[in-house]
Amino acid sequence: MQPFTRLTAVAAPMDLPNIDTDRIIPARFLRRPRESGVGPLLFHDVRFDATGGERADFVLNRPAYREARVLVTAENFGCGSSREMAVWALVDHGIRVVIGPSFGDIFFENCFKNGLLAIVVPGETASDLRSALAARPGMTLTVDLEAQTIAGGASAPIRFEVDAFRKHVLLTGRDELALTLEHLPAIEAFEARRRVEMPWLG
Amino acid sequence: MSRTMFEKIWSRHVVAEGPGGQSLLYVDRHLLHEGATHAFARLEKQGRGVRRPEACVATADHYVPTGPGAEPIADPEVRRMVDDLERHTGRLGVTFFGRGEPRQGIVHVIGPEQGVTQPGIVLVCGDSHTATHGAFGALAFGIGSTEVEHVLATQCLWQRKPRVMRITVTGARPPGVMAKDVILAIVARIGAGGGVGHALEYAGPTIRAMSMEERMTVCNMSIEAGARAGMVAPDETTWAYLEGRPFAPRGEAWDRALAHWRTLPSDPDAVFDREVTLDAAEVAPTVTWGTSPQDALPITARVPDPAAVGDPARRASMERALAYMGLTAGAPLAGTPVSRVFIGSCTNSRLEDLRAAAAIARGRRATVPAWVVPGSGLVKRAAEAEGLHRVFADAGFEWREPGCSMCVGINGDTAAAGERVASTSNRNFEGRQGQGARTHLMSPPMAAAAAITGRLTDVRTLG
Repeated sequence: MQPFTRLTAVAAPMDLPNIDTDRIIPARFLRRPRESGVGPLLFHDVRFDATGGERADFVLNRPAYREARVLVTAENFGCGSSREMAVWALVDHGIRVVIGPSFGDIFFENCFKNGLLAIVVPGETASDLRSALAARPGMTLTVDLEAQTIAGGASAPIRFEVDAFRKHVLLTGRDELALTLEHLPAIEAFEARRRVEMPWLG
Repeated sequence: MSRTMFEKIWSRHVVAEGPGGQSLLYVDRHLLHEGATHAFARLEKQGRGVRRPEACVATADHYVPTGPGAEPIADPEVRRMVDDLERHTGRLGVTFFGRGEPRQGIVHVIGPEQGVTQPGIVLVCGDSHTATHGAFGALAFGIGSTEVEHVLATQCLWQRKPRVMRITVTGARPPGVMAKDVILAIVARIGAGGGVGHALEYAGPTIRAMSMEERMTVCNMSIEAGARAGMVAPDETTWAYLEGRPFAPRGEAWDRALAHWRTLPSDPDAVFDREVTLDAAEVAPTVTWGTSPQDALPITARVPDPAAVGDPARRASMERALAYMGLTAGAPLAGTPVSRVFIGSCTNSRLEDLRAAAAIARGRRATVPAWVVPGSGLVKRAAEAEGLHRVFADAGFEWREPGCSMCVGINGDTAAAGERVASTSNRNFEGRQGQGARTHLMSPPMAAAAAITGRLTDVRTLG
């Protein structure tokens, strides 16, 4: 996994609440291997028209936001299906940070497994950020994971919370599976105890 | 100290505590479908195995064709997904129910049907509707592909403990009001994001009076309210359903399991992080009008008017939804013409669902194309033993093979752009049932009624 430390990049606002993972990547693309290139499929049906041409009104197609690597979203971004390809599509398109008041729980987990930093901020903060980005298209934000701050524009840096485990994994790009295997003795002990206490589970 | 059912199950499965409030949680049962092939392929590449193949059960549901008969899979990419799952499960010694095998079906239908789903367990699956299994008093939740890989390799998962919300449902359901109407009303009440960061416990006399299949319908849609897990305390209804199922414990093991299961329900004075109540007597047959499951209203209502909404973000969202759905503010929902009907999905494809739909179809005639897709080969067989397939056939409904079908459209079962679908599935998202397709969620009898009249219809008016 690609580590995440600090990033200064153009940020794009997405104002609609409840953007589901079907909209981030339609189900008909899920059969494709990630290696076949899923970045171009990001937001496919709202980003492109029926002939494959770009829809000029879609935020990531607008010239000022084409290089966006940060998204600032509204409530419940990434709700719905557990498809991890939604995160792969964002990451492969170049998005490294999503900032919003809330995220779909499964999407949120999937982000951190793929080096995508998902940041929860109060609703008003997200809405102020989106307004600032809309007022100054192409504005950059600096997201510093170590310091847990978002800076940009005229306002003071915003401090955000991230749990220590997720922060560590993102900063180091460590393989979570390898980390878990360090707990192998505890897993084996648990299984031995479970065989005695709940033998019907095998 | 008083504890919730969630807390009892959670604390019993913590293998180790990690930093930042993360716990390494043990997984008792892992259900798999074609989507798991991405995870299997990564494991194979790394030369890693499966820690406990006997804890896994796999089936093909998302990608299988559901056309009548055992048609070959035409699309090579779709065929590869199904074939790869068979190859990986075979290679790793994981139980697999494939096409043509009667136990094959939607993963959330076959888990309970086979007795794999049991009270008190932690069960995961790479699918957001895994909360379905919480109907048995299990902690069951959907996970992503990397998490599937992690569980396969370690039988564990790093999780942050969610908060717990209790949703107490009281009051008798009026005639025509199904479990689906109750959960749509709950999702509308707390909102599509209302359950984010929570596990839900559905409680109260109305839930207690529900059959296992009805409880599954309720728990199934927890994710549509933002919650990864939804659960119902196990009771006599649960034991009666489970006993004798192939994967359920037997004899002395059953007695021992039962003694444990009886300790699971939340203690009477357990404290929940949030409490919500709903009076089922006030719920009517419900349909959705928008592109989020929270956009649900009684069939007697009118299409809501965005202009009447103060919050500009909400207004913009409603305007977009109405434009996508091709609906006019203020128009009555009942009477809206539909293009086709889909009865199926992990929400509503079990035997009771098919019986309820057949009761409306019996002796009548569908006026638009209508599909009935049973949840599993065994559901199909049981329905046929009761003659339901003939009821549907006589009414002009198409009786199909088991699978996810038009709920997710991933196998090619989709509606065309602009088509309006009366559907018993769980999501009315833009493009969910096909690019540009318009979905109205409802119960099986309501969907059957729509098939008969060709319009969104209050099933109570059909008599």
